[in-house]
Amino acid sequence: MALDQETREQLISSIRRFVDERLRPLEAQVSEKDEVPEDVVQEMRELGLFGLSIPEEHGGLGLSMEEECLLMFEMGRTSPAFRSVFGTNVGIGSQGIVMHGRPDQKEEWLPKLASGEVIASFALTEPEAGSDAASLRTTAIKDGDHYVINGTKRYITNANRAGIFTLMARTDPATPGAKGVSAFIVPADTPGITLGKPDKKMGQQGAHICDVIFEDARIPASCLLGDKEGKGFVTAMQVLERGRLHISAICVGVAERLLEDSVQYAAERKQFGTAIGEHQLVQAMLADCKTEAYAARCMVLDAARRRDLGENVGTESSCCKYFASEMVGRVADKAVQIFGGAGYVADYGIERFYRDVRIFRIYEGTSQIQQMIIGRNLVREAQQ
Amino acid sequence: MKVLVPVKRVVDYNVKIRVKSDQSGVELANVKMSMNPFDEISVEEAVRLKEAGKATEIVVVSVGPQQAQETIRTALAMGADRGILIKTDDTVEPLGVAKLLKAVAEEEKPDLIIVGKQAIDDDCNQTGQMLSALLGWSQGTFASKIDIEGDKAAVTREIDGGLQTIKITMPAVVTSDLRLNEPRYASLPNIMKAKKKPIDTKEPGDYGVDITPRLEVQKVAEPPQREAGIKVETVGELVSKLKEAGVIG
Repeated sequence: MALDQETREQLISSIRRFVDERLRPLEAQVSEKDEVPEDVVQEMRELGLFGLSIPEEHGGLGLSMEEECLLMFEMGRTSPAFRSVFGTNVGIGSQGIVMHGRPDQKEEWLPKLASGEVIASFALTEPEAGSDAASLRTTAIKDGDHYVINGTKRYITNANRAGIFTLMARTDPATPGAKGVSAFIVPADTPGITLGKPDKKMGQQGAHICDVIFEDARIPASCLLGDKEGKGFVTAMQVLERGRLHISAICVGVAERLLEDSVQYAAERKQFGTAIGEHQLVQAMLADCKTEAYAARCMVLDAARRRDLGENVGTESSCCKYFASEMVGRVADKAVQIFGGAGYVADYGIERFYRDVRIFRIYEGTSQIQQMIIGRNLVREAQQ
Repeated sequence: MKVLVPVKRVVDYNVKIRVKSDQSGVELANVKMSMNPFDEISVEEAVRLKEAGKATEIVVVSVGPQQAQETIRTALAMGADRGILIKTDDTVEPLGVAKLLKAVAEEEKPDLIIVGKQAIDDDCNQTGQMLSALLGWSQGTFASKIDIEGDKAAVTREIDGGLQTIKITMPAVVTSDLRLNEPRYASLPNIMKAKKKPIDTKEPGDYGVDITPRLEVQKVAEPPQREAGIKVETVGELVSKLKEAGVIG
């Protein structure tokens, strides 16, 4: 159900205020300590951030895609590490259950995910299977009333906080490719699951990723997501498609933040006797940033609205993710340039954003995968 | 215990105020409006009293244009139970507001009215005091702490150079100061739930209150620009400059 304008504005201003007053002052600390303080996580729970996309009947807010994107524009205005805390519950961790879970699975997990009591991680990527997700090797072999899982998952966001994993594993080793893959909801405390050490990353300190290793981990057969085996790959792709718009909205938010900071700096910093923002070459950089960020914002809103109307926006979601993530990379690069030396030293936080945004072009489908999807869809349509 | 909290829609505290070119007032077109911060503190205090099991119902009331309903919704999202909007597009002065609130108080019969000590738009700091006088109730102004014990309220007041704690008998009017509490953020689920909470819409005439202004604004002006100072080379020069300025004899 679409919200009235007044309620929507209130949601946006509540998040904006939380970002401005609570999160932004902590950016440097979170980066330095590589940790989002627990009291902030608790405030995020109380604010309802974990349940944005989970239906109201299961304790979430049941926001439309457009509404979720409007809120993520605001969330993007601070370090992306904060978003990561609840990002998997809103996106890739929970949506498999929302889309394909059985009623009993929804009842068991969604309220806990919506409240943030349980964190969900999405376990698809493997050492040998990243973009080529259909080649994954982790197996889940039926053994009576159980499945036995073996394999390693790599770069799993929030794995060290996770209460459950939305796991993609091969139930039919005889069937190669996508058809042999099934999705599972695996409680993180299942014996046989161990976590690797959190990986050291280029940016987004405070958000953690690590390996998840399954060694003869036995789970009840009821942990299979939905009723049938072999649906895992479809689930994963649908979940990722929705997540693309969410990530795109975050990219827009970060770009707008960087532009805001850059404009402020350019208006104050003086060189050659005048504010650098008065120089045309600096203005040109600002103009490029503004134009690209605005274009991405319009793309995201258009695709999100169309998705809410029931249109298939597979191609458009990829266009958004591709453009927005590349765009924020260019904006971050120009922000460093506008700040000059100050952009390169840590004090101003610009170099931190420069590192933070690099992952947007890689995770939840690399730019190249997005190009492939867009191109393939276009040609397929023409051939049909 | 029932708590009544008046809330005012004012220019958001982050907005840089601009004076209208004809100096008749401040520019309000396309300016972000929010709840007066002191009123937010009042709502928070009422919600905390409710959470502590001391208050049973919180009613918020706002005097202002239709959009003041948004301000009421914010209070409902923070935890108030229902709202009353007294709708008017006219400027209502503190005495007018106090008379309207008196009428609301007589209807609602609250045990406690928590009013912001002042609104950040006109900084009058009058409504709470006037209201308590009109009702003939006790008042505790500039509260930084409120303790309810039976039918008494212990109110710690921020006064010049220190704190004063007084005990007043309820029903009473308390005006909230900055350090009373730190207001919560309206959570997203509560913003959604607030949609379903009732808001009554009234007009000043329904209460038989005449809100005709008694004051006339002569002029609104920006604060004078601070001018650049000068640097002096020697103590002697400093002394002579100070003498010139008539600061020392």
